[in-house]
Amino acid sequence: MGQRVGLEVSLACSEAVKLANVDVIAAYPITPQTHIVEHLSELVADGHLDAEFVPVESEHTAMSACVGSSAAGARTFTSSAAQGLALMHEILFIASSLRLPIVMAVANRSLSGPISIWNDHSDIMAERDINWIQYFAENGQEVLDLTIAAFKIAEDKRVTLPVAVNLDGFVLTHVIEPIDMPDQKEVDAYLPPFAPQQKLDIANPISMGLVGVPEIYTEAKKACQVALEESYGVIKEHWDGFAKQFGRQYNPIETYKADDAEILLVTMGSLGETCMSAVDQMRADGLKVGQVRIRLWRPFPADDFLAAVKGAKSLVVMDRALQPGSASGPVATELKSLLFDRGKQMYVSNFVAGLGGRDVTRADFAGMVKKTMEAQSAGQQMACEMWGVKE
Amino acid sequence: MADSGMQSWKSLALGCAMTEPGTSKRFNTGDWRSRRRPVTDREACIKCGRCYILCPDMCYAPDPKAEGFYNWDSFYCKGCGICIVECPKDAISWQEEKEEDKYGPACGS
Repeated sequence: MGQRVGLEVSLACSEAVKLANVDVIAAYPITPQTHIVEHLSELVADGHLDAEFVPVESEHTAMSACVGSSAAGARTFTSSAAQGLALMHEILFIASSLRLPIVMAVANRSLSGPISIWNDHSDIMAERDINWIQYFAENGQEVLDLTIAAFKIAEDKRVTLPVAVNLDGFVLTHVIEPIDMPDQKEVDAYLPPFAPQQKLDIANPISMGLVGVPEIYTEAKKACQVALEESYGVIKEHWDGFAKQFGRQYNPIETYKADDAEILLVTMGSLGETCMSAVDQMRADGLKVGQVRIRLWRPFPADDFLAAVKGAKSLVVMDRALQPGSASGPVATELKSLLFDRGKQMYVSNFVAGLGGRDVTRADFAGMVKKTMEAQSAGQQMACEMWGVKE
Repeated sequence: MADSGMQSWKSLALGCAMTEPGTSKRFNTGDWRSRRRPVTDREACIKCGRCYILCPDMCYAPDPKAEGFYNWDSFYCKGCGICIVECPKDAISWQEEKEEDKYGPACGS
């Protein structure tokens, strides 16, 4: 059995990587991800983790080094945020198109400018279409658990795709939380050593990363996209397996007091726990409010989402990134498209909140619900609103 | 030949990797030529080999049946025309080529 410890969430992420016994870490420090790689470099330097730590000169190189080491058959980890993630941009597509099971923790932070080191989801939303598995943690325990599970999912022969584990910058990365730390035997029982399906091997040479002429590019993209879509079942399987081994269950879509709710707040990431508390308060005030939490963002769990919102009349959708020039934020766009495709009529309001580290409080959630109810009962359509913007 | 070289997405190797060597030999870059091909007049050719040396796609190879002359490879020649420019005796010139005549045998096949 493991033990419960008080630990900064960044360090819990590093400890998960250590427990996963990675071979290579290539990373460049950037706020608010710094403590993750700092602690990993200490673990390697002090001999607690037998891995190569590659202190690269940029995030572009970090992801490039990860592509190389994963292609050579090494279990590979990196971490980044905001501008650093943006600098990785072109290589992120290569990691997935070469089907390399790299695991990356993204300490979500707003993109400049103006320069901001604080939390929102603009960094990962700008990387939405990289064909990686992308999911979100809500607290420190989830960061640890989902990082360990990420290797299991990524390296499964039915998947072989990179995974991005998203944890909100500062709100999660820099807080100390109680963490149930599993022991090495338990993790080893869950996560066997990496056995690559194919790798760069002198004894059995292959070429990776070749030109895809027009006759082949479309088929290559199709194969990659299907792999992401089909990863859904494997993700569920390995999250269920995680629950068997460690006793903590994760699901693509999770709900809170949603069964009899008429209005559902939709959140993704650490806003979820504040929102739960807001739901409790609104329930005490007699409102039939519940919550749907999107844990798995890519591939999007469409059927789970529809099942979760089946009984509700309206959705109040949080976005933590703008989609300038579009009618909605990225999450609401996803959901509205899904509802339309499945012929489901619902009243949907959309609030972009918590940009650049601005707090979103229980009162904010209550305000959004109130505004939505008023507009809905007045029969008014609501445009996507930047919540709390000072006029 | 719109689907020349195409294959099902289900049959691609993981990550579109190439699992055998030398596959570019089978890649018909001659398909890129547009409506004309270089043709050598062997009466004018002085066997200098500049076409052989300077072709960027190595589409000229020594003719085993006529020493000093070079055979042209329709399978790889993209029709850039460098051989025509570089020939010191203007022995190579463009000849109109119909689409259905483009697909000749590969060198050495």
